[in-house]
Amino acid sequence: MKYRHAAALAAIALVATACGSDSESSAPDASPAAEAQGVGPITFANGKDSSGVLQELLDKWNAAHPDEEVTLVELPAQADGQRQQLIQNAQTESDAFDVIALDVVWTAEFAANGWVDELPEGALPTSDIVPSLVEGTKYFDKMYAAPWGGGTGLLYYRTDLLDAAGLEPPTTWDELVAACDAVLQLPEAEGVDCYGGQFNKYEGLTVNFSEAVNSAGGSVVGSDGQPTLTTPEAKAGLDFLVDGFASGRIPKEAITWDEEAGRRAFQAGKLLFHRNWSYVYALANETDGSSQVAGKFDIAPIPGATGYGHGTIGANNLAISSFATNKKTALDFITWITSQDVAQHLLVESSQTPAYGAMYDDPELIDQFAFLPMLKEGLQNAQPRPSIVHYGDGTAAIQEEVTAALTGEKSAEQALSDLQDRLSEIVDQ
Amino acid sequence: MTITMAAPKRRAVRLTKRTGDSWTAGYMLLPALLTLALVAGYPIVAALRLSFVEVADQINPQTGMLEKTESLGLGNYVGLFVGDSGEAFRNAFMNTTLFTVIGVVVETALGVAMALVMNKAFRARALVRVSVLVPWAIPTAISGLMWKWIFESDGIANTVLNAEIIWTADNSTIFGFISAPFTAVLVADIWKTAPFIGLIVLAGLQVVPKEVYEAAKVDGAGPFTTFWRITLPLIKPTVVVAVLFRMLDALKMFDLPFVLVGANKHSVETLSMLAQFELSNVRYGPAAAYSTVLFAYVAVIAFVFVKMLGADLVGRGLKGRG
Amino acid sequence: MTMATTTTTATATARRYGRLLSYVGIGAIVLYCLAPFYWMVVSGLRRPSDQFATTPFPNPISFQNFQAAFSATNGFARALLNSFIVAGTTTVFTLAIGITAAYAIARLEFRFKNVVLAVIIATSMFPGISLLVPLLRLFVSLDWINTYQALIVPCMSFALPLTVFNLTAFFKQMPLELEGAAQVDGCTKWQAFRKIILPLAMPGVFTSAILTFIAAWNEFIIALSVTNEKDMRTAPVITALFTGQYKYDQPFGTQMAAGVAVTIPLVIGVLIFQRRIVDGLTAGALK
Repeated sequence: MKYRHAAALAAIALVATACGSDSESSAPDASPAAEAQGVGPITFANGKDSSGVLQELLDKWNAAHPDEEVTLVELPAQADGQRQQLIQNAQTESDAFDVIALDVVWTAEFAANGWVDELPEGALPTSDIVPSLVEGTKYFDKMYAAPWGGGTGLLYYRTDLLDAAGLEPPTTWDELVAACDAVLQLPEAEGVDCYGGQFNKYEGLTVNFSEAVNSAGGSVVGSDGQPTLTTPEAKAGLDFLVDGFASGRIPKEAITWDEEAGRRAFQAGKLLFHRNWSYVYALANETDGSSQVAGKFDIAPIPGATGYGHGTIGANNLAISSFATNKKTALDFITWITSQDVAQHLLVESSQTPAYGAMYDDPELIDQFAFLPMLKEGLQNAQPRPSIVHYGDGTAAIQEEVTAALTGEKSAEQALSDLQDRLSEIVDQ
Repeated sequence: MTITMAAPKRRAVRLTKRTGDSWTAGYMLLPALLTLALVAGYPIVAALRLSFVEVADQINPQTGMLEKTESLGLGNYVGLFVGDSGEAFRNAFMNTTLFTVIGVVVETALGVAMALVMNKAFRARALVRVSVLVPWAIPTAISGLMWKWIFESDGIANTVLNAEIIWTADNSTIFGFISAPFTAVLVADIWKTAPFIGLIVLAGLQVVPKEVYEAAKVDGAGPFTTFWRITLPLIKPTVVVAVLFRMLDALKMFDLPFVLVGANKHSVETLSMLAQFELSNVRYGPAAAYSTVLFAYVAVIAFVFVKMLGADLVGRGLKGRG
Repeated sequence: MTMATTTTTATATARRYGRLLSYVGIGAIVLYCLAPFYWMVVSGLRRPSDQFATTPFPNPISFQNFQAAFSATNGFARALLNSFIVAGTTTVFTLAIGITAAYAIARLEFRFKNVVLAVIIATSMFPGISLLVPLLRLFVSLDWINTYQALIVPCMSFALPLTVFNLTAFFKQMPLELEGAAQVDGCTKWQAFRKIILPLAMPGVFTSAILTFIAAWNEFIIALSVTNEKDMRTAPVITALFTGQYKYDQPFGTQMAAGVAVTIPLVIGVLIFQRRIVDGLTAGALK
């Protein structure tokens, strides 16, 4: 095992060297890449590198490129905190961050404000990357970031309980509800609730709401950028969540749940179905006593109104700050760290799910990461969250109105029509 | 009679020369004023200016780029009173005021009680002092996390209270009418800052000469009389300082509700949080307007407070006589 | 009230009651202050796998969370050192300039005293969050990003108003004849200040020192924004930056362990200085 990883690292290092020398020799005026000039040390602003794997990779790069050293700048773990740091930095036009990790939903905002540079066409092997992930890096048809890992919502379900009731995992909401009604009557399902996702008033709620609307065949914002929430589909999507709370299928404390709180409930055996990201898979399978459901659950794409639903994409992409000085190094570095070899290394060493389609079909990897096929299925169906330039306002309005509907303060229709008005205003701003 | 005994006699200093004093005072104040000018004065002026800058942005339909036009005006202030932003402002204003009033009253009562106990305590003195510092010494960012942990739906607070209260959801209530997240933030804030008042008041208590109490005892004053008639008037200057600074802090409350409950939660949103929300959405003008109004609010409250209670504190300065 | 009316006749009983009351009071204070902190310690000492237990004692006790907090990749030890440097320097400078300013305000006569007071206090009225962007612009243009002064100077300005006001109140409580008497005894003004006034104000100075140190120790938003190199981060910032193995995984136990580790040095510091503080206090009070 160790040897294989060492070999993989060595291979990556070789690629890193090759990459560097290659780009050094290419003429600066060959392509739109001409915009990316300046060679020298850069910084890479990303969330925390808890496993240390990223630093190991950077060490390799730095060994191969002594004049183009990359320093890791660790940003807060929470997305809000990261965004604030990145925006502050852009506002002061500081060159402290060169390569930045952008959440997929910030692409429009950062591109429209001119805080990140457009990436030259052909710089990245986009044809090998899952199309929905490439889509998430674009704004007005131009690519502003390199896909670096992909993720989407998955349905975790208890195999032991479904088996006891003789049921298959649900593909639609109706099946999910029927399965709950059947399973929760079983004596072994005592104290188990039907379904849970992320319903606290934060970004996770926008994710869950968008997924529900998309899974009913609707959309939050249409392709023309205008909100489309007065449709029957949007209503059906929100109703799934509202009815869940009203009927008690979703436990009432789920109104405070984020990813971790939901995971804890699922791991404590308190949920039959749970919507979460792929990181839960390994943790819920821990046999050190932290999980009551190890070996007793499996995953599926999230259900929808009439078949599998559409998860939303959760991914970090890599972009070049407009205020960076050494943009050529930045581009070379991005090309390397988003390459397939590095992606494989990151998957194996730190479970970062890849952007490359082929890796989801690799039997050796599937052996190790059993969730890959389901995740691929989910990613193929996945749709981005609404692309809004004033994303912060948009997501706040969504969270506001959806919370009002979930707590029964407003009817679903009222919440949706209010949200339609507010989003229209935000989009036209 | 005990009061006249403790009150300082004002005589001797007037003998010193005024002009000499002015220069000395100038030199002595300079370092403090320079520091404040650099890292508070300059940013405040910059923020004040921003509050009058209105930014209109338009997405270019061809390129998708945001095009911003700036103009000077009062639009950011008008926004505080009309429409959705006006409603958000009123809500934040109420929250800020309630947090401050309830919080500071409870904290002061607890803090003074703590100081009295600590002043009397001759045993376990070290333990008490260390204990009192602990809530204050835990960084707010971390104590917010700690309370969030305590107030989880399956956390220790519900276990101890044998309740199923959803503490951190925006619209959640206790008994149907008390806002649960508001209560949670208030509890965490009081826990953290009552010891702060206790510590300042304790220092004030310790410069009260023992003879004063002995004299009171000889006169047959009971503990409550002693407290109201002697102790309280003597420690009033330090209590006033403690309460004043707690109010200034409470009116600017940000970290605790932000970490414990989260951004954009109306039941605990304070004016500072509202300003932060505007900032994080790159609307510097409205953010600066919120901050300026908060600044004015704090200033008025501080002024009224000092005028009403703090004659001793700045009396000579404000009255302009020795 | 009943106690108050009976004290004159039954002093001994009252004293006993008073002592009992004071023990109850001490117990209440200790419980109040330490119970939530105890929960933090307990959470830090649990194994990550039984992090969510609600038993009053960790069983078994595990130091995994502490090890995780101090693991080399986190840079937590360095961050603690930075916090000490920043908080210590801030305290020394704030006291030095705060004491002189407070003395001038309390005991010297000069014009515009009320204006100076108003300005000093006004600087602490503006919400800190709104100072961030202008401050950041200033530090970028001064090239102060990732420097100690960028961490120290803002902390000083936040702590100064309270220090000045607190000490002003102290200096004012002292009888005004003090300097006059000292000068009669042949002291210069400076000697009078240093040898008589300052020792008397020690309780206030220590209180201000503790409050300033803690305020600087706790500062978060500015410290987060003016540094981006790991070696320059302070302990609260590093703690907030902790994440678990995965993006959404919040390592609660590690954060609680780090919170304990951030708090303990302060507690030890107070314990060490305890006697000196108490001596200083009684000495000041008896003179």
